[in-house]
Amino acid sequence: MSEPTEDSVRAEVRAWLEANWNPGFGLVEWRLKLCESGWGAPHWPKQWYGRGLPVKFNSVVDEEFARIGAVGVAKAGIRTLAAATILDHGTDLHKEKFLKRVLTGEDTWCQLFSEPGSGSDMAGAVTRADRQGNKWVINGQKVWTTSAHKAHWGLLLARANWDVPKHKGLAYFVLDMKQPGVQVHPLKQMNNHASFNQVFFTDAIVEPEFLVSDVGDGWTVATTTLMHERRGADGLRSWATASTAKGRIYEEERAEIATTMEPYKWYPQRAGRVDLVMQRARETGKIADPVIRQEIAKLLSLSKAAEWTARRARAAQDQGKPQGPEGSLGKLVSSHVARQAARVHTYITGSDALLSGADSPMDGVIAEILISVPATSIAGGTDEIQRNIISERVLKMPKEPSVDTVKPFKDVPRNITASSS
Amino acid sequence: MRFSFTPEQDEFRTSLRRALEARSPAKEVRRLMATEQGFDREGWKRLNQEMGLTAVHIPEAYGGGGFGYGEVGIVLEEMGRSLLCAPYFSTAVLATAAILNAGTKAQKKALLPGIASGDVTATLAFAEDSGLNDAASVGTTATRSDGGYKLDGIKSFVLDGHTADLIVVLARKPGSKGARGLSFFTVDGKAAGLERRLLKTMDETRKLARLTFNGVEASLLGGEGKAAAAFAKTMQQVIVCLANEMVGGAERLREDALDYVKMRMQFGRSIASFQTTKNKAADMLVDVEMAKSAAYYAAAAIDEGDDDLPMIASLAKATAAEAYLQTAIHAVQMHGGIGFTWDNDTHLWFKRAKSSEILFGDANHHRETMMQHWGDRT
Repeated sequence: MSEPTEDSVRAEVRAWLEANWNPGFGLVEWRLKLCESGWGAPHWPKQWYGRGLPVKFNSVVDEEFARIGAVGVAKAGIRTLAAATILDHGTDLHKEKFLKRVLTGEDTWCQLFSEPGSGSDMAGAVTRADRQGNKWVINGQKVWTTSAHKAHWGLLLARANWDVPKHKGLAYFVLDMKQPGVQVHPLKQMNNHASFNQVFFTDAIVEPEFLVSDVGDGWTVATTTLMHERRGADGLRSWATASTAKGRIYEEERAEIATTMEPYKWYPQRAGRVDLVMQRARETGKIADPVIRQEIAKLLSLSKAAEWTARRARAAQDQGKPQGPEGSLGKLVSSHVARQAARVHTYITGSDALLSGADSPMDGVIAEILISVPATSIAGGTDEIQRNIISERVLKMPKEPSVDTVKPFKDVPRNITASSS
Repeated sequence: MRFSFTPEQDEFRTSLRRALEARSPAKEVRRLMATEQGFDREGWKRLNQEMGLTAVHIPEAYGGGGFGYGEVGIVLEEMGRSLLCAPYFSTAVLATAAILNAGTKAQKKALLPGIASGDVTATLAFAEDSGLNDAASVGTTATRSDGGYKLDGIKSFVLDGHTADLIVVLARKPGSKGARGLSFFTVDGKAAGLERRLLKTMDETRKLARLTFNGVEASLLGGEGKAAAAFAKTMQQVIVCLANEMVGGAERLREDALDYVKMRMQFGRSIASFQTTKNKAADMLVDVEMAKSAAYYAAAAIDEGDDDLPMIASLAKATAAEAYLQTAIHAVQMHGGIGFTWDNDTHLWFKRAKSSEILFGDANHHRETMMQHWGDRT
């Protein structure tokens, strides 16, 4: 068979869609067809619901789906990270049991990594995994778990060996969330939303076949998940937008997206809403205030320079040049932009910034910016961790002398939590 | 090419960097900055002719290379990096931009080939004792006499004004005000009635002069009374060029400071392993890369005739000014005590950062300009 080209892939998917797409299908019914044909995840292996195509053709396939308004597989949420991790490290049993229901959207997943005692230091997890008979018994607590209250399955990082250094004693499991030993409580944030959960394990059970790594290799597998998180699960994960078309399948998809995206609805405010600044400055008359003008100009300079820096990084990538330092700065820069945006919105809003909800400008949007921005410099790697990454990986500066990676984990000083005794 | 350079541009940069590393080591910078001239005329002429530097963006019709501000930006970034002591900014940026923007075809034909070939050094004199950079602050007058003009007044902060062979002067019709009545003139550097005094500058690598005109004979450049628009455009191009020069200097400081902390041992370990040092180094990288993005974008915006240039240029200048100075402050700090000594080279770039911060308007000034062009419109 000849090598696939953009044209051949386009022709093939177009023909298949013409023969098969029908908006009268139910969502799951249609997605099962996608699994069968491999067009739902074309870059996955043929034996696992894909077509074994290079990932670069995904955009071609997406374009063809979009052209006729065909619905794709379930893309948003942690489920795509689960799928990517299982494809890389799972057994055939895992792949058979989980992958198809990820694509159909029947299963929802969550990621059980962060703990109250280990946020930035994720390898310092102290949730216990103890062997009892042939099963694993889990005790401890996870936190910042998006969608845990709805999830069927969790990707769990837990400590199975306390006598080895911290990165070596972790195991990676798939945990059944619907069992008595798992309790999920929403975690209310300072901005009143509760997008995340706390998950408590009291003798929760993992069947032996749901160990994804060998004991001791859990950190390696977790690194895979995190890498896919950064890379958007290699084209499978996307920021879902619902089609407004009529028909049963679209209604089902809209409901799915609404549920999946619910936790993220304050994220635009978290980034500072630079887009609202000029409009607000004008409607409040603050555009005439020379001090505020300076602050607005600082914000616009930052946000433009950030945008141009990101485009430089993309241009270098497109030209196949080695990645320059400009590619590693985006996360840190977005914190600066968000912080300055919150400052400017405060100056513009004046006393009204004392208010919230219906009593405040734009029905609470401005107030929500002011109390959501602090998340930007923490979530997904704190500014401090970003600076360490930049200085160590880009600038090649030496690491701090390590005090925790050589000795047995049980001897490492750590935060006191219920499960660490 | 707002976001990347072509392979040809990359190659040009590489060979220029190599040449400047050889010709302008810190020792040579120190030697030249201590001279009154501030540069070595013969050495500069050779380097300029070898690399075609002052010719880069002058159209081929006037003896130039026919490239654009993208290439000038590369030259300036590399010169900012090496702190080359040469009248490049005054000649190729200030004077050339004014001539290109204001001059007639015949005037360009008469003036530009000498600049392109490197035989003539030049500058632009616009600011006066107030140090303000706007057209309205011009007080120097041009009076008609015998079919020509005579200039009277004082120009100050004139870059390389004490050595330039050719001086482009912004002057006004007696009695005119604001942006009206302004014209550009060209004056011979050795003209009678012209008194040139080298000012003592904080940044010794950047020579500034105060020029007193006592009935100095001058030729009109471009249309009489019509210089305001060309001057505004010139200043936009000039600050973009300065932004590119600044990011070159900032990157050099950043790299030198990084090399130093990697080498320096205290408390039994490299000080580069302390997070407080690493955080600073990461912040410096962010500042410099952001400023580079803005400077590159702005240079391309000139070449592409972007209508938003007034805003983009001021954004690039303000961003580069703050990034350069902040980098310089961090660089001295990272060197510790030795960074405050005369023998350590950091202060050479620190002072260049300081002079660049102020030259042609500080960040506050340019942020206000941004708002006038952008904020009041969008």
